Parts: sequence; structure tokens; C-alpha cells
Amino acid sequence: MLSYSLKRLGLAVAIVSVAMLLLFAMIYLIPGDPAAVALGPRATEAMREALRIKMGLDQPVWIQFWNFFINAWQGDLGNEVLSNRPVAKVVMEQLPSTLALIVGGMAWSIALGIPLGCWTAVKRGGMADRIVGVFSVAVIAVPSFVVAIYALLIFSVSLRWLPAIGAGEPGDIGDQLVHLILPSLAVGLGWVGYIARMVRASMLEVLEAPHIRTARAFGLPDRQITYRYALTIAILPTVTLLGVGIGQMLSSAVFAEIVFARPGVGKLVYDAILTRNYPLVTGAVLVTTVLFILINLIADLVVGYLDPRVRSRL
Amino acid sequence: MNVLGIRNLNVTFGTEGGPLRALRNVSFDVPRHRIVGVVGESGCGKSTLINAILGLLADNGQVESGQILFEERDLTQMDSLEMQAMRGSRISTVFQDPMGALNPVISVGKQMLHIQYRSDLGRTEKNARSVEMLRRVRIPDPKSALSRYPHEFSGGMKQRIAIAMAMMMEPVLLIADEPTTALDATLEVATIELLQELQAQIGCSVLFISHHLGVIAELCDDVVVMYAGEVVERGTTRQIFHDPLHPYTERLLRCDPAGQSTRTRHLPTIPGEIPDLRDPPKGCIFADRCDRRETICETAPPEVEMGGHRACCHRVKP
Repeated sequence: MLSYSLKRLGLAVAIVSVAMLLLFAMIYLIPGDPAAVALGPRATEAMREALRIKMGLDQPVWIQFWNFFINAWQGDLGNEVLSNRPVAKVVMEQLPSTLALIVGGMAWSIALGIPLGCWTAVKRGGMADRIVGVFSVAVIAVPSFVVAIYALLIFSVSLRWLPAIGAGEPGDIGDQLVHLILPSLAVGLGWVGYIARMVRASMLEVLEAPHIRTARAFGLPDRQITYRYALTIAILPTVTLLGVGIGQMLSSAVFAEIVFARPGVGKLVYDAILTRNYPLVTGAVLVTTVLFILINLIADLVVGYLDPRVRSRL
Repeated sequence: MNVLGIRNLNVTFGTEGGPLRALRNVSFDVPRHRIVGVVGESGCGKSTLINAILGLLADNGQVESGQILFEERDLTQMDSLEMQAMRGSRISTVFQDPMGALNPVISVGKQMLHIQYRSDLGRTEKNARSVEMLRRVRIPDPKSALSRYPHEFSGGMKQRIAIAMAMMMEPVLLIADEPTTALDATLEVATIELLQELQAQIGCSVLFISHHLGVIAELCDDVVVMYAGEVVERGTTRQIFHDPLHPYTERLLRCDPAGQSTRTRHLPTIPGEIPDLRDPPKGCIFADRCDRRETICETAPPEVEMGGHRACCHRVKP
């Protein structure tokens, strides 16, 4: 298990490095002079030249990349243009809010998707199976911002059950959770459908396996066979899928944060793009990338933990 | 006294092409402490028979009529909870494929612990019992085997673990579904000997399903010959192997490669195919492939009995 974890960790570091290279190339290829953008139209050529030297833009491209690479690994993502605060600090301030949103979305998709998938697999062909099937496809097809707007209209505007905007009072966990319900539903609802379909398909496959027949022949209770003997195997592809799903949830989070006026990395990137705050865009995207890779790493480790065959193979 | 008595059992599967009559009027007994072999080619209804006894028929399968008497109680009348109480404690099963028969993500010890869920023993005693069973099937270092997973064992060892699990609750009836078919020849002999040894120790009856005639002759006291969902002949192993009455049994014995005394490029086969069980022939089920067919074979043959040896054929005269 230790060597498996180390291998996955090594791979994660390599992927982050490649992501950094791509990100750097992207900024480098954007037309326009960052110093000119930062200083605005009324700056003199001398001021621009001074800033270019300060930002290291006079250096050869590979030295620029090397500096960016080394600094980024040390947690220094440069300073943002408007207030000159460190980008890392600005992004980290917004990260908890986005993390809460993603975790909330995951919670919805797991808490609803896995039981629905199990239930429809056990009762396959029945009315419930068909209804959940249609529901799943429907929620997969609806974009998250549409879910966000309708959730807002129904639960906040018409019914007035839940707050419409913001993230809740700082320090008040209960209030923050209430503010989290609708945005996380918007982010996670599509994944309820994905996971229900996925779990159903793999449950149907596993329930046909010879070892399930053995378990039945030993008279084990149906509940134990479904949840302990079948679901622990059927869940494995879903765990991997969830790792990928986080990536999509991160992009849905941008819409959810804008619609519900929540602070967060998505909102930060959106505002940074509008104000051409390139260092902030880069930093936020890099942090999001690292987050995505970390979550996939965790998903792989969880699969390794759950499946002894994977554990011993690596 | 019989542990298992099957009486005129009819099992039908609903298929798109109409009802498929997989078992028709199947009757035989498994007496106490005896090993009864069921032999027949693929598609003769061996697996359906096992699933019917275990109450694990597929959703489209149904016992139409007949009885499965187990210790005087009719299993076909039991509800699913009563059947579940029988499985694993009174009736145990060893399946054909040792590779897939054990759950891959649960350790051997946990699986053996789960099987004992009906016992009142504490966890430590249950584990001690698992270790004892693994020792009896000669798993090396049985204590550490408990924490290992199925993929860490070889095929033969997995089959022995499966046997240990099946024997753990000391069943009255052990159903062995081709337990040696997936193993190579040396392991086959060892597994047969192990089954014999455990059967003698525990004193259970065994219903042994196989298409391997040599294994049947070696292990079984009685033999039931099945063809296309019917029992065509049954008797003691000696009667079946030395004095077969039904033409199918005769042909089957001739097809056993172990019985070939001369070198040949062509092993004997029985020409023809199993009839379509959605529309089985009115008369003798084997008539289409029988080389001694007569006009009378177009009517259903009677079951003829001679000293416990029974066969369903018009040509057999008591």
C-alpha cells in the first residue's frame, strides 16, 4: 500500500508539472504586453520597461518558465495586479468556500445516487427502475446553471424556504450550511443521475457474478449480499468516476457561485478575467488544477484501499 | 432413510419462444451417508436441478409440479426466508469455478465468519473454527490465511477453501457442482479424496454433479443418468457401469476416453443434438439419437425397475 501511494504521489507531481507548463505556455501566448495591461494607457514607456524588468519579462522564455515553476512549487504565485497582494493568499482565502460547495455537491450525488443505483438494480425492470432511469437522464442533461436558476426561483423566491444569495454569516456554521443547500444541489444534481446509472449498471453486473451465487448458496441475508458482497465491488468504478466528476463540479461551481453570489474560486476567476487580472487567473487556475489532481489521487488511494487486488498489483 | 427425495419434479423457464421444460418428471433419492452422482452432457438440466433444490432458480424459472423432500419437508413449499435458513447450514454447495466462487474484496477469514452468522459462538471461537476447517482441507498456515484475499491463493487452494466453507456448518447434504472440472488431473484426485474424507468425518450425504465418468465411478455409491431434462436411468454405481440398461447410458460409457483400449484418431461421440425443450418429443426423449429405435419409441417409455436399478426404455424387459 505504501509503495502504491508513493507511485501515485509521484505521478501526481509529474501531472502538476505538466499542467504548469501548459498554463505558462497559455499566458505566454496570449497577445499583448502584461506590463502595458497592468499599468494602463497613461503609463510612460519608461514605467512599462521598469515593470517588465521587475516582472522578469526581459529574461529568455525558458528562464521565465523556470522562475514561474520554482516559485509556484514554493507557493509563490506572484502578486495580483489591482491590490498587489500575493495571489496565493487571495486564492486560499476563497478556497474553503469552493471546497464546501464541491463537498456539498459530492454529498448530494453520493447520498442520493448510490442508494438509487442500488435500489433500481435490485428492483430492475420495475416501475421505480423506469422512473429513476428517466429522472437520471433528465438531470444529467440539464446544465447546472439552469438547475441553479430554477432552484433559486422555486425554493428562495416562491417558497422562501432557503436564502437566495451569499455564503452565510462568517463563524455561524448552521447559517453557512443553510446557504450551502441550494448551490451544492445545483452543482451535484447532474451527478446524482450519473452515479445512479453507473452504480445500477455495475451492480447488475456484479449480482450475476459466481461469488454472489456462492454467497446466496451459503444462505447469507439478502441485505448483506447486496450491500457487503455486491456494492463494495460495484462501487469501485464509481469512485474513479467521482474523481473525474470533481473536475466537472469545479467548473459548475463557477456558475453556482455567480448565480448565488457566493464567494469562491470560481467567482474569483470570473472577476479576475473581467478585470484582466492575469496573475490572479493563472494562480486560481493552477490551484484548481492541483485540487483536481489531489482529489483524483485520493480517489485512486480509496480504490486501492477498497480493492485488495489493486493493492497487491501495484 | 433418504436425506433428499425428488419426486416428479417439473421445472419450466419462460422464454421468448415459449415455455422451456428444463426438468420433466425427475425422481431420485439421496439416502443418508451416501454419495449420489448425477451424470449427463451439457444442457441435460444438472444446473437447473441444483438451483431448484437451493431455491435459486432464475426469475423466469418455476417449479411447475413435484416435490423436493429434504428431511421429510418439501422445499418447493418453503418461502424465501425458510429456504435461506436451509442454505449454508443444512444444505451446502461447492461450485464449479473456484476462481470466481469467492468474493474478491473480502478476506477469507471475514467470508468464513459471515457464513457462521447463525452460530451463537463468539468472534474468537468462530475464527478458531475457521482455522480448524482450513487445517482440515490442508491449507498451509491456516491462521494467516484468514487475513488473506482469494486472489492470493492458487485455484486448487481456492477450491479447498470453498470446500472448507461448505463443510463448516456441518451440512446434512452437500451439493458438489462439478467441483473438479476446472482443476487439473492431479488436483482432481486430491480434491476427490478430500471430499471423501470430509464426507466420512461429517457424515453428510453428497449430491455430486459431474460429466466426468471416471470421477463418478471412483466416488459415488449411486448414479443418476440425466438426458435432456429427464432421468433416463438410475441405480448403484456398479449397476450403471457394469450393466447399463438404457441405450444412452451405454453410448455415454462408450464415449469415455478412459475406456478406449486401442489407439484411434476419432473418439466416439453420440451423433445428433439434444432436442428442443420448448417442444420435446412425445415419445422417448432419446429416440432421435438412438441407434436401436423402433416404432414403439414414439410413445412415452415406462420406468422399469429391476432390484433398485431403474431405466426408462421400451427395450428393457423386467
